[in-house]
Amino acid sequence: MPITELEIKNLTETARKIRHDIIDTTVWAGGAHIGGGLSMVEIMTLLYFKYLNIDPAKPDWEERDRVVLSKGHGGAGYAPVLANRGFFDRDELKDFNHFMSKFGMHLDSLKVKGVDVSTGSLGHGLSMAVGLALGARLQKKSWKTYCILGDGECNEGSVWEAAMAAAHFKVTNLITFVDRNRLMIDGKTEEIMSVEPFADKWRAFGFIVKEVNGHDYKALSDAIDFALEEAKTPVIIIADTIKGKGVDFMENQVKWHYGSIDSELAEKAHSSVDRG
Amino acid sequence: MAKEITGTTWTVYDANTMTQAEIYGSVLCELGEKHPDIVGLTADLGKSTKIGLFGDKFPDRFFNVGIAEQNMFGIAAGLAKSGLLPFVSTMAAFTAMRGLEQVRTDICYQNLNVKMIATHGGVSFGAAGTTHHCTEDIAIMRALANMTVIVPADGIETAAAVRACIDYKGPVYIRIGRGFEPTFYKDENYGFKIGKAVTIQDGTDITLICCGVTVLQAAEAAKILKESDGLSVRVINMHTLKPLDEEVILKALTETRRIITFEDHNIHGGLGSAVADVIAQSGKGCAFEKVGIPDCYCVVGYPEDLYCHYKLDCDSIVEKVREVMGRDFEEDESWEDEV
Ligand SMILES: Cc1ncc(C[n+]2csc(CCOP(=O)(O)OP(=O)(O)O)c2C)c(N)n1
Repeated sequence: MPITELEIKNLTETARKIRHDIIDTTVWAGGAHIGGGLSMVEIMTLLYFKYLNIDPAKPDWEERDRVVLSKGHGGAGYAPVLANRGFFDRDELKDFNHFMSKFGMHLDSLKVKGVDVSTGSLGHGLSMAVGLALGARLQKKSWKTYCILGDGECNEGSVWEAAMAAAHFKVTNLITFVDRNRLMIDGKTEEIMSVEPFADKWRAFGFIVKEVNGHDYKALSDAIDFALEEAKTPVIIIADTIKGKGVDFMENQVKWHYGSIDSELAEKAHSSVDRG
Repeated sequence: MAKEITGTTWTVYDANTMTQAEIYGSVLCELGEKHPDIVGLTADLGKSTKIGLFGDKFPDRFFNVGIAEQNMFGIAAGLAKSGLLPFVSTMAAFTAMRGLEQVRTDICYQNLNVKMIATHGGVSFGAAGTTHHCTEDIAIMRALANMTVIVPADGIETAAAVRACIDYKGPVYIRIGRGFEPTFYKDENYGFKIGKAVTIQDGTDITLICCGVTVLQAAEAAKILKESDGLSVRVINMHTLKPLDEEVILKALTETRRIITFEDHNIHGGLGSAVADVIAQSGKGCAFEKVGIPDCYCVVGYPEDLYCHYKLDCDSIVEKVREVMGRDFEEDESWEDEV
């Protein structure tokens, strides 16, 4: 269903709350992968607050849509989304990274409600997502699988093995995103290990490619609607994003892949989110 | 001034200390001057592993292959075949597991001269969770023929190990931590030799065999036990897991008759298992315990907390020694001890 102005307004407010929670989680955790957590906020907010057929009261409900955060280091960005969606109390995030916490930097599906698949080692997620999608198809289930990749992650050969399989098995109940923020740990993706021509690569592997602004709900939503309603081959949504989005001093800064902030810096970050 | 600290091996707690990895990175830079055949490789972890220091100094001899570990170990094998001396660095999990078949089949099978410096070993990246813990690598690497496995006690020993492996042919796996481990050695002048364990402290009542972070903890525990319990505790730094210094184990076995191993690794297949093999094959009786991660996926937390939780800290070692000393293993009536 096409997204409405009201939905966009509400999603924007929710995303703002999530960004604030990501900043707080980074402080509580003593350090977090904040840059890549912030870049995927619109994608995750749109999925969790518009598209996903899920019930936070029944996290193991068999008919639920599945999500695979293949860029598993986005855990500190993901957990606040789940908290805001009602899978657990926001206060639980105060334990993030702490001794015996259910939340480590990379979320554990056996410990954190709402997390379908444990990830963190890059390049595993798309394969598991293909498996989930094939499983749904085989069992005549209508639920969908969504997978979120990092662009640096696409250096891993296993991503392309999974892509080949998705196209070969004509997996159309899977919707894949790449958080194309153009940065990895050691620098820019194009300087460390170039992935371009990126869209062409996915096309060559049999995907329909939608290149959209990853912070624009309308563009993201149109691409998802297309994948859900019309696509006859797998779809990849290459979401052009800004690493650190929403916190001005972190935007497009490679050093904010992972970082620690004290309360003073957190204040600056919060006010940047409020202005944005 | 607001405080910002970024980077995967940095936390607000320890940003000012020189880490194990940094020491290794700078030693490699120094060696790079004298050895033009050294090349460096990483997989988007140049900064975190500190091999990036070598890359900054010798950009032409450094290959960051992006996030593609299997590819990296394959390329390293090719570079070694071409006559160069590759040093490869990524986290332990991505060396011993993600890159394993390339490490085994491309590097070890062909007995190639590739040196692997694996960081974030054991549970040293505790808060990251299981995907970034590596409590399996010693077992895995020990099982690869031709491989040499070294687990240095600290940054100084890492430096010594890196130096030593330059003239030591064949694949070498050096496993280090995340970088905040306190230093045990004061300098490198204690005679590090691959395959030769270091007896840090002699003793006659019981022997503690350690590697990596547990060395310092055991050495401290031995001091406490001497003062408070009057025990004479032998502490061995078994920095090389393979080839194993069997002699030092057999000596401890006959001289102290009680041995405990301590390692930041699954209790299966690591230091404890290696020592147990030697003890079992000696045919001699001995009170023996292995302490490590009890065959589970480790809980989340900062490493100091985890080491306490899994009883690898000084206080727990003291307790363990008291327990084993209290065990009268020779009074088993169904078995006559002959030694
Ligand atoms: C197999 C594997 N190798 C290395 C890492 C370490 N690592 C964590 S995040 C990261 C960079 C990821 O970059 P990208 O996929 O672009 O994510 P983003 O920029 O969105 O955070 C690396 C190399 C890992 N988690 N898994």
